[in-house]
Amino acid sequence: MGRKLLIHNDKVPNIHSLEVYRQNGGYASVEKALKTMTPEAVVEEVKKSGLRGRGGAGFPTGMKWSFLAKPPGVERYLVCNADESEPGTFKDRYLMEKIPHALIEGMITSSYALGAKTSYIYIRGEYFYVARILETAIEEAYAAGLLGKNILGTDFSHDCYVQVGAGAYICGEETALLESLEGKRGNPRIKPPFPAIAGLYGCPTVVNNVETIAAVCPIINMGGDEYAKIGIGRSTGTKLISASGHINKPGTYEIELGIPVEEFIYSDEYCGGIINGRKLKAVVAGGSSVPVLPAELILKTDKGEPRLMTYESLSEGGFISGTMLGSGGFIVYDETTSIVKNLYTFARFYHHESCGQCSPCREGTGWMEKILHRIIEGHGKPSDIDLLWDIQRKIEGNTICPLGDAAAWPVASAIRHFRKEFEAYINHPEKIKDAMPII
Amino acid sequence: MPKVTIDGHTIEVPDGTTILQAARMIMDKGEGNGENIAPPTMCYYSKLKTSGGYCRTCIVKVSKGSEKDPRPMPKPVASCRTNVMDGMEVQNITSPELLEARKGVVEFLLINHPLDCPICDQAGECHLQDLGYEHGLAKTRYDFKRRTFNLIDIGPYIKLHMTRCIMCFRCIKVADQLTNHRYQGMLFRGDASEISTYIEKAIDNDFSGNVIDVCPVGALTDRTFRFKSRVWFTKPMDAHRNCTKCSGKVALWLKDNEVLRVTSRKDKWGEAEEWICNECRFEKKDIKDWVIEGPRHIDRHSVISANHYESLAQLKLDIGKQQKQLNGKS
Repeated sequence: MGRKLLIHNDKVPNIHSLEVYRQNGGYASVEKALKTMTPEAVVEEVKKSGLRGRGGAGFPTGMKWSFLAKPPGVERYLVCNADESEPGTFKDRYLMEKIPHALIEGMITSSYALGAKTSYIYIRGEYFYVARILETAIEEAYAAGLLGKNILGTDFSHDCYVQVGAGAYICGEETALLESLEGKRGNPRIKPPFPAIAGLYGCPTVVNNVETIAAVCPIINMGGDEYAKIGIGRSTGTKLISASGHINKPGTYEIELGIPVEEFIYSDEYCGGIINGRKLKAVVAGGSSVPVLPAELILKTDKGEPRLMTYESLSEGGFISGTMLGSGGFIVYDETTSIVKNLYTFARFYHHESCGQCSPCREGTGWMEKILHRIIEGHGKPSDIDLLWDIQRKIEGNTICPLGDAAAWPVASAIRHFRKEFEAYINHPEKIKDAMPII
Repeated sequence: MPKVTIDGHTIEVPDGTTILQAARMIMDKGEGNGENIAPPTMCYYSKLKTSGGYCRTCIVKVSKGSEKDPRPMPKPVASCRTNVMDGMEVQNITSPELLEARKGVVEFLLINHPLDCPICDQAGECHLQDLGYEHGLAKTRYDFKRRTFNLIDIGPYIKLHMTRCIMCFRCIKVADQLTNHRYQGMLFRGDASEISTYIEKAIDNDFSGNVIDVCPVGALTDRTFRFKSRVWFTKPMDAHRNCTKCSGKVALWLKDNEVLRVTSRKDKWGEAEEWICNECRFEKKDIKDWVIEGPRHIDRHSVISANHYESLAQLKLDIGKQQKQLNGKS
């Protein structure tokens, strides 16, 4: 049984209420940080913990915090990215829905560390009921003196607001999120400047994922060094994984980073094996945008070592034979899955969600979708596979924000690992109806 | 003052200069060994704040970040929005993989473009035409239906032909920065997005006509000039008049003594030297309204001016060359 730090008491009745949350040790990190630590000491603990951004990129949080510009007399903001829009990812929803105070507590502690007087939780439109849960939690926190003026009798004052977005995938990109939060169209900004210098309303801003902010509480409670002992190498602590697809027990799991992928898929503690005793075909390990890996490569690296649930092990072998931990959206495909149809679903999604600012993504995503549609309809041409490869190659790296890369990687990996399947679709269109679609 | 090297040409530039501006400075000094090392631009416009970064045609490879941090940048960067650092080394036309990436961008810009140059007023002075000629493929690989839109009249003088639009956002920046009220913006998302005045609300501002000059393609055209003449049959003349709203310094496009069109004077990078008002642009179509200064020098680098289409033999040769490159690759 691995250690749980974030959702260890998710089964406690009424844990969403402040009273029960505090009875279970809640808001200890706020007490500890505000009363006994300086903001710098909090940042130092987070640095020591080795915590890395849980939204997908895996950038060290402590380092991100220390980049925050601190010009005198200028407001600083903490923005929580709760626009969990990566297909296959639903861990933040689980956390906010079950234990909303875990996020609010993290927001207060993190804001103290950053010297932010105001913070925002930007939540996607589809999570409107979660926004209500958070708002209730914030009201409770205000009433208990945990938010507002002079929190717990200290000099630190802080306000926290929930802002509901309209549900665009692109608003999960931090600068598009800030635009949307400012009331503008959610288009990514051209960087530099980075949000740490000029973010929300042109002020220095830190944008962190829900899980990252919630993880600050156990780090402060147990100390950064202790937290860093969990996990392997530079992948420290615990991580929420949203497991979905053809598994016996889909759901949100908290794992200690470093458990083998095989254990995660097959042990009864987590996914519980493949549904109906079928065989594993492929896995998308970190949300729809990371490369899909066939069973033999997700269980073992190309060096024959068992693959572990860590940032490093999953990306072992680069994109040739590896993938990414990403946001932890773990999608499992059994042997009946059609990778090509699944890819079409993804391509359709990225086409729909492209913001339209830069040409490669705006035009390329639609082009890829049209070609994939033609292939699954049985009208594919033999040259389509190479054309798809060339299009994704010309999108990747040439766009303003990572949406272009996110659209390109699934296409590249599907062709790289499942080229035969594309050929089968194109050469034997009469057999297409046999292949089972997913979803 | 940082020193930057672009395609082997070193120049010292003021702080805050972008790679693109530095490349243009090198060209302005007459260096470049006869090659144009200034990256092509479709959305950047030096006179419009926050323009650039969208079209991605000006991407360059930064092979050395700076003297302090010599690591190369992992991805191509938009030269119009990236400032130079001291000791930076940039590759534009000297990097084959960069040119390949740019070719990709041009292909993306063209897949939904109608390629209706034979009936487009912009033909002959169209930046996309030049770009397509210089960096495009001989044959399209896109065999789906292209997107189309209905034509929209933006007020009495301007026609919006969204089908031709490449989403450079220059007109939005003009509407934002030059005119008092913003009536123009972007609707929808992805490849369904369009420039719109929202319920076709007329732009009735004295300087709104400048959106026509900034448009790199034929998406925004002058309704007083539409289908009057091909631009290469008109004579450009520098002229001025006393205008209370603008400088009154314009370029007239004449056929015999008839003023077919009035535009701003454009510099060698295709950018307006000064904005002109709608009265000068649309209402002064009598040659007596103007004091003619003399013939306007036009930088004849465009596909048509350079006579690429003049000789059928040359055209076949050019296409054959591109076709060979295409076949050699696949």
